[in-house]
Formats: sequence, C-alpha cells, structure tokens
Amino acid sequence: MKIKKYIKIYSLFLSTSIASELEYKTNVIIDFITAILSLVGSVFLLTIFFQNTDNIGGWNFEQALIIQGIYTILNGITNTWFNPNLTEIVKHIREGTLDFVLLKPLDSQFFISLNKIAPSGFLEIILGFALLFYCIGINQININLSFLLLCLTTLCCSIVILYSLWFLISTTTIWFVKTWNATEVLRSFLYIGRFPLNSFSFSLRIFFSIFVPIAFITTIPSEVFLGIALLWEILLEIIVAVIFFLVSRRFWLFALKYYTSASS
Amino acid sequence: MFNLNKNKLITLLKVQYSNMLEYRVEIALWAISGIIPFFMLNIWTNNNLNESINLSNVMLSRYFLSAFFVRQFSVVWVVFTFEEDALLGKISPYLIQPLNPFFRYFAQHIAEQITRFPFAIIIALIFFLINPESIWIPNLSLFLLACFSTFFSFLIQFLIQSIIACFCFWTEKASSIERLLFIPTLFLSGLLAPVISFPEHVKSWIYLTPFPYLIDFPANILSGNNTNIISGFFMQIFWISVLFPIFKRTWSLGTKKYTAMGS
Repeated sequence: MKIKKYIKIYSLFLSTSIASELEYKTNVIIDFITAILSLVGSVFLLTIFFQNTDNIGGWNFEQALIIQGIYTILNGITNTWFNPNLTEIVKHIREGTLDFVLLKPLDSQFFISLNKIAPSGFLEIILGFALLFYCIGINQININLSFLLLCLTTLCCSIVILYSLWFLISTTTIWFVKTWNATEVLRSFLYIGRFPLNSFSFSLRIFFSIFVPIAFITTIPSEVFLGIALLWEILLEIIVAVIFFLVSRRFWLFALKYYTSASS
Repeated sequence: MFNLNKNKLITLLKVQYSNMLEYRVEIALWAISGIIPFFMLNIWTNNNLNESINLSNVMLSRYFLSAFFVRQFSVVWVVFTFEEDALLGKISPYLIQPLNPFFRYFAQHIAEQITRFPFAIIIALIFFLINPESIWIPNLSLFLLACFSTFFSFLIQFLIQSIIACFCFWTEKASSIERLLFIPTLFLSGLLAPVISFPEHVKSWIYLTPFPYLIDFPANILSGNNTNIISGFFMQIFWISVLFPIFKRTWSLGTKKYTAMGS
C-alpha cells in the first residue's frame, strides 16, 4: 500500500519537474552540449596522460576509458537527481520552507531527495552507457548473466554511496545554514573518480578509500567490469553502501531534532 | 555609464569586504574546493608522466601550486549572482543608482579574493610541509608580473562572465551558458595539465584562444617555468580590449530589454 503511494507520488514529481525544466528548452540543449564536451575533455586529458606511457597505475588506455564511462554515468545521475534536490535543502532551511516539507504526510527524506529532476543529466547517463558498450568491444569482455548482475549490483552500490555522501553533507546545513560550498568541495573530490585509484600515491589512496570512498564509487565497478575484481572487494562495497545509507538516514533524523526553522 | 571615483570604489570595497568576512567559512570551503591541481600533480608525478615534457618533479609541483594560486585569485562567479538578482528583480534598485551594478559585483569579487588570501596561504603552507623540496621564492619582478597577469586573467574571465550574465536579460537563465564555457576553461587553461604537455595539433591553435592565458601563463611566470612573457601579456590585453566593448554593447542592449521581474 505504502510503496504504491510513493510510486504514485514519485510519478507526479517526475511530470511536474520535467514540465518546469522544459520551460527553459535552450537550457536543456546547452546542458546536453556541456555533457558531451565534458566527456570529450576528460578523454582529451586521458590522451595527454597516455601520450608517452601505456599504463597509469596498471590501467591501460582502453581500461581507463571504462572508469570514464562509469564516472560519466554516475555524474549524470548526480546531475539528474542529487544536485537539483540536495542543493534545494539549503534553500529550504534558509527560508524556513522546510516546515512545509515536514508537515506533509510523507517521508521528508523521500520528498527532499526526489522532488526534482533535471532531464539534462539523462544524456550523460546515455553517453556513459554508450562508452561502456564501446569498452566492452575494445576490451573483449564476455557478457553473461552473472557478469551483468555483478556489474549492476556494484553500480547500484556506487549510486547509494554517492547519494549518501551528498545527503550527509547537505544535512549539515541544518547547523551551518550555508553549506552549498561543502557540496562544491565534495564535487572537486569526486573529480578524482575519473582516474584509477592506483594512479595516486599511497597516502591519497588511503584518503580516498576511507574518508571519501571514491575508490568504491568508480574503481571497484570498473574492476568488476573488467572481470578483475576480487570477491572481498565486491562484498566490501556492498557493506559500505549499506552502512553509508543507514548512517545518512539516521543522521537526517538526528539533524531534524535540531531544526529550529527560520525567523521563529 | 562608468562614472566611478576613488571614494566610491573604496566604500564599495569596504562594504563588500565586511560582507565577505561574515562568510569566512564559506570562502574557506571555496578555497578547499580548488585543490584539484594538487590531485593532478599527484597523478603526474606518481606515474612519471612529466618525463616526456622535460619538466622535473620540483618544477611541476611549483607549476601546479602556482596554478592553484592563480585559480584562487581569478575565480569568477558573477553570472550566478547576477542571474539570481535578475530573477528576483533585485537588479531594479541597482539600476536606479548612478553606478553600474557590475562595479558592485566587481568589488564583491575583489573583497572575496582578499578574504580568501589567508586560506590560500594556509593551503600552500600545508603543501610545502608535504613537499619541502618544492619551496621557492620567486624574484620580485617575476612575482609582480605574475600578479598582473593573474589580475588580467581575472579581468578576462570577469568580462566573459559579465557578457554571459547580460544574456539574463533575454533568457533569464544564463548560468547554463557559463557551465558550457567552463568545460573548455577547465581542460584547456592548464589547470589539470600544463599547456606545454598538450599534443602538437592542439598547441598549434590554443595560443590564439584566451584559455592558456587564464591559468597556464600566470602560473608559468610565478613558478619560473619558461614562457613568452611579452606575447602572453599582449594576448591578455588583446582579449580584454576585445571583450570590453562587447560587454558594454550587450549591457546597453540588455538594460533596454530589462522588464523588471517581480515588480
């Protein structure tokens, strides 16, 4: 019953936000071009890296493209869902409109995380998948059911981790009010996800596995894709995803206790 | 249109500086979000990619540190503020004042850079602690030249974004154009890889665009890497003199078009 209600509400969210986004049609087109250029730019950067070497951190050019593909998909998801919604939290808290969200007979985290959608991110997701299919060709990857299942699982885990990271940082707004810069910091850290983790020095690798788990977000799914991931890595990724999600949920409920609303 | 005297400028700067000081934490976070060059440095040196471009580890680390500094003091966000102000109709009172609103934004940027300065220094000190061998003191003349070229880089970006911001008068949402332009700026300006490392077919035309003069050129001066100082400054001034009349024109056309949203 409850799930049915939420699905119905979500489809309403979808139609209203797409309608409002399409009001700025040229914007959507410009965002499409931006997505393409951004991918071209990252591949350009990769070619610079590979000009005089044939591997970076043990990954050759064809394999590094897989990471780009995964990154592009995740970035598309971020731009479609996380970015438009979670930057809105700041606005809700600054202007006190979070009151209205909390009053709704609806889970507040659900509302805040999924209320909006930016369709321009779709193209990035499609581009990412296209790049991945191309990579299947050039890396001669055999596709079978268990492979697909594993890929999908790790990708979903990455999305969950990414979402939880965004949500955790956005939640801190309840105390600090203006933290959309903190999401900017997260964004710049996530940028590292375009490159294999092994290409960094040991200390940065530790940092990007423990504090900001970028290693789990792009590197492990790419390894799964190549068929070189170890079982414990996949299991660890699933555990990390579950922990992150639960923590972000608890943290939101905890933070709400400190919400004092604006001008009251 | 551009009537501005010393008093106005100083007052504007004072007001905006105290404004910015209130958001110290925010600006500190901005400063942190600019550390991408250090990650790139890590990839370059960790994979010995710099051997092929004849740049030692030390010179490359100085280059990326300089790139970080140049970026810190040439970041421009006028289009986002302007878009918000235009959408909410806040521009109207500004337009009545006998002062071009862009001076206000300009003062905001300068004030923000002053606020940012200590944070950038702290990040640089941490960098030097980790890489003590890359410590260097640029000689005074080069340092001053680097400051000038950074300021010119800031001016170029400020003018470009102001032109885009003026598009708000027509489209309301101009920031997507800025995001589009940011992509070539990111990849071609030398923030992620020094322009010297670009493939030949790109290098043949890139020096005609404004991009290498945004980060690469000032960073090369500051870090003491080879660069053609005279042609660099020539191109920076050339681009400023091209962009300024365009900005003036779009501004005067745009204000005529302005319909005062929300009033």
